[in-house]
Amino acid sequence: MALLKSLKARKSDLSKPENQLAFLNNGIFKEGKLPLFKDKIAETGNFPLKPRKLEILQLNLGYMCNQVCSHCHVDAGPDRKEIMSRETMLQCLDVIRHTKAHTLDLTGGAPEMNPNFRWFVEEASKAGIKDFIVRSNLTIILANKKYHDLPEFFKKYNVHVASSLPFYKREKTDKQRGKGVFNKSIKVLQMLNEVGYAQEGSGLKLDLVYNPAGAFLPANQGGLERDFKKALKEDFNIEFNSLFAITNLPISRFLEYLIASENYEDYMYALVDAYNPAAVQNVMCTNTISVSWDGWLYDCDFNQMLELKVNSKVKHISEYNETLLNNRQIRISQHCYGCTAGAGSSCQGTLD
Amino acid sequence: MSKTYYNSEDLRKFGEITEWSEELGNKFFDYYGKVFEEGALSAREKSLIALAVSHVVKCPYCIDAYTKDGLQRGITKEEMMEAIHAGAAIESGATLVHGVQMMNKYKKLSM
Repeated sequence: MALLKSLKARKSDLSKPENQLAFLNNGIFKEGKLPLFKDKIAETGNFPLKPRKLEILQLNLGYMCNQVCSHCHVDAGPDRKEIMSRETMLQCLDVIRHTKAHTLDLTGGAPEMNPNFRWFVEEASKAGIKDFIVRSNLTIILANKKYHDLPEFFKKYNVHVASSLPFYKREKTDKQRGKGVFNKSIKVLQMLNEVGYAQEGSGLKLDLVYNPAGAFLPANQGGLERDFKKALKEDFNIEFNSLFAITNLPISRFLEYLIASENYEDYMYALVDAYNPAAVQNVMCTNTISVSWDGWLYDCDFNQMLELKVNSKVKHISEYNETLLNNRQIRISQHCYGCTAGAGSSCQGTLD
Repeated sequence: MSKTYYNSEDLRKFGEITEWSEELGNKFFDYYGKVFEEGALSAREKSLIALAVSHVVKCPYCIDAYTKDGLQRGITKEEMMEAIHAGAAIESGATLVHGVQMMNKYKKLSM
């Protein structure tokens, strides 16, 4: 079920990254019932894990969000005040102008809630990045009048919209994300379609992000995409481009849920059972740099939430150096099994 | 030893049956894996059949496994429950159709 407050606001022990990491390193892993991620990837010569070519620069514009989803790995919510400042944005823009990455990926929280969001999108769009993604929870667009024109704004800057929709039926979506979220999401998807998103010839991309509403792994991405397309078209006349299936990683609020529902051990067994050595070489941390709201650099968004800063001389956007960063070793822990299960997972979905 | 006949953690050990009979175990798991691939029936349809049969043969391990499999595939709880009713209807039908045998015997023995 959806929650009302973040772990941080509830002063939960799990709001502290060190407590999450201690939990992930103890129990079944310390007892040797399951192998440490480090030892697992060493079996196929992938330890230490190193980056490949940088392709994606992912910026977290802040942890503030209009929703408090029960699975959120960011622990985002209306009570989170961490927001990227204009000063940090200027430092990011400098990097965006010089990076070799072809994709810029803005995330949050709800990135649209950052007061400098529109200015930043306008500036960043001038840098000639090939694929400019904004991760939207959709409902933000109906949350306040000032956001209602966002579909037109996204269209103007040819933003690629990646939006969360846990399921094509109301019950599961609302359980995970809060009452009323499904109806609002459907309405906003229709608004995006109306301005041209996912319409043939428009060039405007609208992707959906699916993550399981519970303690189970996502099934085959292609099959789910087929089911979503059929149901959304038949029931709501909605079209979208691709569906990304993302595995929930056992951190933050999803970890809290796993522990409280006594699903933690079974879930970790499921992740380790589904370990796919072929997925290791393509996990997102090998082609992504994640930047936090305050400018620190991480191997991925999940490491950002665990406050595992990059293992490099360069740790902050103000001292960004792509060559030095590409020589780093990627920091790992047991949560990484979430990205190597089955066909693999990342913010970009299955790693085909 | 476990104090109950069924222990949910034993499901994780299913693969270990191969250790005591490697050839037969491997043949079974190869066959099992093949059966549930996409075919003339979709993997989704087969998952629902497996869930219904799991109830008919009253296998708690299978019920756990195919409820989770159904959730992963986006099968709804209404679809799952209908599948179980299909299994239950056949099972109760199989009992009731024997009523004809009872009727036949009754008639034969009665004057």
